[in-house]
Amino acid sequence: MSVDTVKQPNWFSRLAHPGQFLAWSRYLIWPLAIATGLSFAIGLWFAFFNSPEDYQMGDMVRVMYVHVPNAWLSQLVYGVMAVSALGTLVWRHPLADVANKAAAPLGAVFTALALYTGSLWGRPTWGTFWEWDGRMTSTLVLLLIYLGIIALWRAFDDQLKAGRIIAIVTLVGALNIPVIKFSVDWWNTLHQPASVFTKDGPKMPGSILTPLLVMMLAFTLLFALLQVVRMRTEILRRRAETLSRQAALQGVAK
Amino acid sequence: MIGDGAHIEFIAWAYVGVAVLTVALVAYVVWDSVRVDARLKALDKAGIRRRSDESKR
Repeated sequence: MSVDTVKQPNWFSRLAHPGQFLAWSRYLIWPLAIATGLSFAIGLWFAFFNSPEDYQMGDMVRVMYVHVPNAWLSQLVYGVMAVSALGTLVWRHPLADVANKAAAPLGAVFTALALYTGSLWGRPTWGTFWEWDGRMTSTLVLLLIYLGIIALWRAFDDQLKAGRIIAIVTLVGALNIPVIKFSVDWWNTLHQPASVFTKDGPKMPGSILTPLLVMMLAFTLLFALLQVVRMRTEILRRRAETLSRQAALQGVAK
Repeated sequence: MIGDGAHIEFIAWAYVGVAVLTVALVAYVVWDSVRVDARLKALDKAGIRRRSDESKR
């Protein structure tokens, strides 16, 4: 067979090769870090100095600028993990389970922060830190799913086998995402209905929507940055473990 | 601009909690990355490296 007739991998396969990923992703880290820092600086300036009080909640509206981005990320990160799970099961994509493992702790932290800020927001506005209603309970379930997935990753020595099992668990857990999203429509709940992502567009004035969107961008960029760094770390960790095993085997053979 | 009226402590605790946990998360990710880099460097120093890396030398 001549060289010309050998099927070349497509651009996606080339980008997805762990070695290639390590090569190109290093150029993302500093631009992402700078964009994240700038977005947080602008978002926090808006949140504290250029955002009006809400006519009902007063200054408590400022908690929304950290609560909503974390709530948004708690679901987005799980979406990334669900797509990665499909990548593992359907396409056996070499980076898919790396992406799943890298994202799980990030999703757990963002979900914990959404619950924490939500309860602080709830006390003055609803009169309680916690209520077992649809939105809060399903978000707590999401946190438990994240913790379960992290525990599963730690329970297996064989990371490829773990990847397939965790991919199935991740996809089963994805059923909770629409429950979180639509819980405020399906059940009577203390939590307010959706006010940013609605069919008719955001239901809030621009002076409050702008800081919210900037803070959502900042947290999303932070997630992208941490995800890239964690994926690189995971690829290198697997490389180090393979080398350590090979060295141990060679030592035994000698 | 933020006032110093009612519920200021809830706002302060929300932002402090988010800042502490976010900084801790970033620190953990950086620490983990540095640790793995150091492990690979130690293996390389001991002459244990991938064949593809050796062929580049």
